[in-house]
Amino acid sequence: MSLLRIEQLRPCIFRKTLSFELESGESIGLTGASGCGKSLLLRAIVDLDEHEGEVLLDEVPRADFSAPEWRRTVGLLPPESRWWKESAGAHLRTPETAPLDALGLEPSILKQAIAELSSGERQRLALARLLANNQPRVLLLDEPTANLDALNTQRIEALVAAYRHDTGAGIIWVSHDLAQLQRVSDRQYRIEAGKLHAIEEPGQ
Amino acid sequence: MIPVGPLELGIAGFLVLLTGICAHLLRLGISRSIAIAAVRTVAQLLLIGLVLKALFASTNAVFIGLLSLLMLAIAGREVLARQHRRLKGWWGYGIGTTSMFLSSFTVTILALQVIIAPDPWYTPQYAIPLLGMLLGNTMTGVSLGLDRLTEGAWERRGVIEARLMLGEDWNEAIGNIRRQSIRSGIMPIINSMAAAGVVSLPGMMTGQILAGASPVHAVNYQILIMFLISAGTLLGTMGAVWMGSRRLFDHRQRLRLDRLHRP
Repeated sequence: MSLLRIEQLRPCIFRKTLSFELESGESIGLTGASGCGKSLLLRAIVDLDEHEGEVLLDEVPRADFSAPEWRRTVGLLPPESRWWKESAGAHLRTPETAPLDALGLEPSILKQAIAELSSGERQRLALARLLANNQPRVLLLDEPTANLDALNTQRIEALVAAYRHDTGAGIIWVSHDLAQLQRVSDRQYRIEAGKLHAIEEPGQ
Repeated sequence: MIPVGPLELGIAGFLVLLTGICAHLLRLGISRSIAIAAVRTVAQLLLIGLVLKALFASTNAVFIGLLSLLMLAIAGREVLARQHRRLKGWWGYGIGTTSMFLSSFTVTILALQVIIAPDPWYTPQYAIPLLGMLLGNTMTGVSLGLDRLTEGAWERRGVIEARLMLGEDWNEAIGNIRRQSIRSGIMPIINSMAAAGVVSLPGMMTGQILAGASPVHAVNYQILIMFLISAGTLLGTMGAVWMGSRRLFDHRQRLRLDRLHRP
């Protein structure tokens, strides 16, 4: 039984529908030119835009979940993090469970004002927030390391790998960096003209 | 009361003309709007003067009801016209008009039945000016509140969606923006309550004093009206902003900015 099954999904700019499955503990890498619809595909899976198609978790249709329940279970980390309270800590339900150490962040960062944090710190905190608040069973990562240096990129990759290993979560990782996708995912696909093309050979 | 006739109005009108000329010379680009607004004031007030004169002579409940609905319809249109990004379809008109109907009519009827209690309760001398003042002020609150709501949702859609992505429901995700919108909707009436009598002498009270009523009597009426207006504005603004915020999300709690017109 697959963890997440995507059936005939068609985000608004796609001409054709997409179907694929994600097993528990599996990671899929997605790449493609800017504007090909990678982000729209992830938004459609968490149900942020109107679209055709069905998504099932453990074979249970999405409509059987309330919208908030679905989005807590299938968590999307968008490329730009957003904050609406003064400090980072105020955004966390249980600050003590946030994997700050693994992301190279000091606990004192939770008390700092959001405006004082660098974009890289905010980006890492956003992942910590998503994991700590919701413990999603499926993790959709939209360019999670786009603005990070090599060390922090490595920290994120390691944290996601550990999370996947410990919880059996499924991962869909979107990136422009094919070498990264080969490190972090079991299968890689390229989105082209609204279709998924499997990337067979490494470095293609 | 010393009557004011065409000559006196002409002198006051000359001041408006001067304003218009200054605006033109300073290239403020509002001389046309000033002219149209001034002409509208004259035409609308003369017309309502005639309507009220006929109405006061008859005390016909159906006629009073129709006039009230007409006032509501026009207030609804004004609310719509002041929206920068208004809701598409009937919603844009319907939400503002429904909330003004619920708040202004309820408060007016309550005041007429329980507080002022003229006989019959819909006596037009009381009913029409009271409803007019309530509608006029509620209209300001509703249009400010809705405008702030739709503008806020547009500008901060990233935050709203980020909150949805973290599993908050629509109510929490737009909660901040909704609170700010209600606040800005009722701020004008709070200001005028706070400034009443110190900074400004409210128009209705001034009118009654000019007409020869005792100041104490006029003040009591003004306090009553202020309280009614603040209750009506708060009710109307809360209703409109709540309905508007609900309409920004669909049954799957997706933020639907496509339901707003582009400005």
